[in-house]
Amino acid sequence: MEATDTSHPDYFHRVVDCQWACPAHTDVPEYIRLIAQGRFTEAYLVNRHSNVFPGILGRVCDRPCEPACRRGRVEAKPVAICRLKRVAADNRDDVSGKLPPIPKVKNGKRIACIGAGCASLTVANDLMPLGYEVTIFEQYGEPGGLMRTNIPSFRLPQTVLEDEIRMIVDMGVDLRLGSRIESMKELLGAGGFDAVFVGSGAPKGKNLDLPGRAAADANVHIGIAWLESVAFGHIERIGGRVLIIGVGNTAMDCCRSSLRLGARQVKVMARKPRGFFKASEWELEDAEEESVEIVVNRSPKAFVIEGGRLAGMTFECMEYELDARGRITAERVTGEEFIPADDVILAIGQENAFPWIESDLGIELDKWHVPKVDPVTHQSTRPGVFFGGDAAFGPKNIIWAVEHGHQAAISIHKHCQGEPVTERLAPGVNLQSRKMGMHEWSYSNDYAPVERRLMPHVSLKERFKKLNIEVELGFSAEQTAQEVQRCLNCDVQTVFAAKLCIECDACLDICPVDCLTITANGPEAELRGRLKVPARNLAQPLYVSAALPQTARVMVKDEDLCVHCGLCAERCPTAAWDMQKSHVHWPHAEDEAEASEARKPKIA
Amino acid sequence: MTFIPKPKIVHPALPRNARGLVRRDYEGALSTLCAGCGHDSVTAAIVEACWRQSIEPQNLVKLSGIGCSSKTTAYFVSGAHGFNSVHGRMPSIATGANAANRQLTYIGVSGDGDTLSIGLGQFCHAIRRNLDMLYIIENNGVYGLTKGQFSASADIGTRAKKGETNFQPPIDPALLAMTLGASFVARSFSGDKQQLVPLIEAGLRHRGFALIDVLSPCVTFNDHEGSTKSYAYTREHYEPAVQADFVPPEREITAEYGAGEALAVAMHDGSRIVLRKLDAGYDPTDRAAAQARVQERLMSGEYLTGLLYVGTDGGVEGGRKEFHQVNGTPEEPLNSLPYEALSPGSGGLAKLLARYR
Ligand SMILES: Cc1cc2nc3c(=O)[nH]c(=O)nc-3n(C[C@H](O)[C@H](O)[C@H](O)COP(=O)(O)OP(=O)(O)OC[C@H]3O[C@@H](n4cnc5c(N)ncnc54)[C@H](O)[C@@H]3O)c2cc1C
Ligand SMILES: Cc1ncc(C[n+]2csc(CCOP(=O)(O)OP(=O)(O)O)c2C)c(N)n1
Ligand code: SF4
Ligand code: SF4
Ligand code: SF4
Ligand SMILES: [Mg+2]
Repeated sequence: MEATDTSHPDYFHRVVDCQWACPAHTDVPEYIRLIAQGRFTEAYLVNRHSNVFPGILGRVCDRPCEPACRRGRVEAKPVAICRLKRVAADNRDDVSGKLPPIPKVKNGKRIACIGAGCASLTVANDLMPLGYEVTIFEQYGEPGGLMRTNIPSFRLPQTVLEDEIRMIVDMGVDLRLGSRIESMKELLGAGGFDAVFVGSGAPKGKNLDLPGRAAADANVHIGIAWLESVAFGHIERIGGRVLIIGVGNTAMDCCRSSLRLGARQVKVMARKPRGFFKASEWELEDAEEESVEIVVNRSPKAFVIEGGRLAGMTFECMEYELDARGRITAERVTGEEFIPADDVILAIGQENAFPWIESDLGIELDKWHVPKVDPVTHQSTRPGVFFGGDAAFGPKNIIWAVEHGHQAAISIHKHCQGEPVTERLAPGVNLQSRKMGMHEWSYSNDYAPVERRLMPHVSLKERFKKLNIEVELGFSAEQTAQEVQRCLNCDVQTVFAAKLCIECDACLDICPVDCLTITANGPEAELRGRLKVPARNLAQPLYVSAALPQTARVMVKDEDLCVHCGLCAERCPTAAWDMQKSHVHWPHAEDEAEASEARKPKIA
Repeated sequence: MTFIPKPKIVHPALPRNARGLVRRDYEGALSTLCAGCGHDSVTAAIVEACWRQSIEPQNLVKLSGIGCSSKTTAYFVSGAHGFNSVHGRMPSIATGANAANRQLTYIGVSGDGDTLSIGLGQFCHAIRRNLDMLYIIENNGVYGLTKGQFSASADIGTRAKKGETNFQPPIDPALLAMTLGASFVARSFSGDKQQLVPLIEAGLRHRGFALIDVLSPCVTFNDHEGSTKSYAYTREHYEPAVQADFVPPEREITAEYGAGEALAVAMHDGSRIVLRKLDAGYDPTDRAAAQARVQERLMSGEYLTGLLYVGTDGGVEGGRKEFHQVNGTPEEPLNSLPYEALSPGSGGLAKLLARYR
């Protein structure tokens, strides 16, 4: 293998598994260390810089960081990254004085955002401090998008939502509530805006057109529309027996909301076996804790009407054959089953819908009504019109919508400054040694053999009394103190200087997880098999040094399970290994603005 | 020396030996040696060998004298028995322990100072007695623990860290052991575990006295330019002559070894040492020739390494007996014998004394 080029910013970034997995590249280990020191406000601000809504995300984030967390490979369970984010948000001081200042003199550029969801709010958050005037048009009387209308308040309290939205609106955003955009043509034609951002989400819930659908209409609900009506107080009750069709995250919110609106028996009907569910594991757990029954291998066949009213549904009973890797190779119908119900909620997916974008504007939509959007710049086929969040590539989640917002803000800035949107600043990595003395590091390098803390919940008796009782109580101080120690500080990197190594083997011998090997170089596949413990996780890179001075062998590190304990560096007599904190710099619009400023000719 | 103990977590894919233990189960206390000391690497090699041999920790006895090297017995197999003797006296303790219980596996770890200066007489007699033990010298050419004075293995012309030159000739423990009739003599290097680990495995199984002289640089006092025991110098003047692989009884010696190039030496328990000559002219089973060759290479400044000499007759040389055969020690440990068997009683004593009247 060629010697690893660690100067490429991706190398060290990738080692920080959580940050690499986070769409917005949140500096997780840094904020966890700050929480460990009781510096909640700073921890909050580190979060906010990347993910804009730490209080919200600390409760409901899809948390792609957690399955990626190295701790989950070293032990069974990852660090409770999301829960710790909430700790920072719940314990912070007022941050109003610590947000970027908003220039009084504007730069003369006006931006329109359609929809007041998290994507548009992020665009405003990034552009307001640069002097842009941002107007957000929202059809409803409240901002927040699906966070407001669909995520139930027993998961996300309204105060938390309002607080974090207000931080952005208070930057001076021109928020126009109850202002649905009915025609893109009109908006563009009026000429008042230098750029338009479409953050209107994917608002159309899918229907299930089966026999009896029309006759049962009064008691069949489209999941996201139903949740919205619940959120706005238009629906306050549901029947005693409820069937939820589909087993994604929307289904989980529907079944748990039903329980709070009078349902006594709720069944979630899944077409496939458990391994195929779309819902996150923790949402399934929470629903099952509330006695929701999840019925597998039932494919909906018809709505059954009795006396002109919904009586239940018939389902085909399915059987599947799986191959060794768990994929379905064949399916069979083995029978039929009737399940009685008073109400049915369809939670089988969402779609984009842009009836208000005229076809002659140069904004191309494909046959699925999905706009053609550049995945990097977020620009549509019409320059100056950008898409982000669920509107861009179909339904995802909040943290993706936020990152889309950051990237679209960069493009909008470049577009407004007459710079090519495709020429963007590259990410960078800074490294700084954590060495303090012979055996002392300025981070807690010892491995804490603590198991993941469990989130305490409001008792099953209490939680159904009102719709908006937040179920999760948050970590106690004691739980927090333990959980923070589980973070392995993966951003404190092992940095190797081949020319200093005397090949004494000290680092190899001390490494608790046998990451290191000194051996003859070879092709990657073969080299992986030759390490002290073979490197079988191909998703994790090998570090290969330059040839070592004494024998021309190479130092190989399997990044997979390194616990960043620093023992290799402590044992190294020549400081060939050092522990250095990496800081990943992921550019935002403010960095582009600084760079544009620096490029301008200076007049002395 | 490190500040935090090595965390107890292990790589989930670490292999298990016949006793269901992973390599890390054979580790010991936290080392207090200097970072980069060769001795720590030898410790790691011993851990690996004991794990591969599936030794039961409670059946291992660790013995040592005084020195940085002698401290290392604390750093492997914490479940084993151990004894730190006074300086240079480890062989006496080993003799007593061996006589009292021949069912245990004995490993002694010593330094060039402990063995070749104050303990030289003890060392020689342990070899003469053909004590059933593995004796490892962690040889760094200095007294590391007392801050780097030349030891008796320092080469003529080698320079100390502060600049003075050594003019006295070195004692080579491997040559000495050959002349004294040792039946297993090896030399290796702390920086070459591929060679060292199988040698330790074979040495642990060898019946009688097995010596491994391990060049093990003192990174603090003898790793500078002008030293003949530094990492760099050792690597340049290090000549593997025979690679010895340990093959347990249950494994066949097959295709891995091309016919003719390998020689298998059977051990008393059915295991074998497969010798592969890397130096065509070298015969590790001919004591006189081997001795001459090692000496010749030493005089031109090269360390021949590998299994330098091994007796072919069950690992022992034709007719030569090991300690237990010579002394007729009982199979069972003394502490398991009934009191009557251990003590002749007053009648028996009187009979015995009568023989001297
Ligand atoms: C039931 C449910 C639960 C979910 N739970 C989670 C969760 O726990 N965690 C998570 O990360 N994600 C979750 N999601 C997904 C997440 O809510 C979305 O991915 C995210 O809100 C998308 O943000 P957005 O800004 O792109 O759009 P949205 O949040 O959809 O906001 C779009 C806004 O645009 C407005 N709008 C639309 N058209 C117009 C128009 N023409 N004129 C003016 N305004 C308009 C809408 O009213 C809305 O306010 C969930 C989704 C659903 C349906
Ligand atoms: C009777 C006695 N004399 C002298 C000493 C001082 N002393 C301690 S260790 C040592 C030499 C150790 O050298 P070596 O065996 O080579 O070990 P190293 O530290 O080099 O590994 C000496 C002379 C002592 N402890 N006891
Ligand atoms: S920091 Fe060094 S010693 Fe610790 S696990 Fe990583 S490679 Fe191993
Ligand atoms: S401890 Fe340092 S000098 Fe020794 S092998 Fe490791 S990197 Fe090289
Ligand atoms: S003084 Fe030398 S022999 Fe002793 S621990 Fe340090 S490096 Fe090793
Ligand atoms: Mg010494």
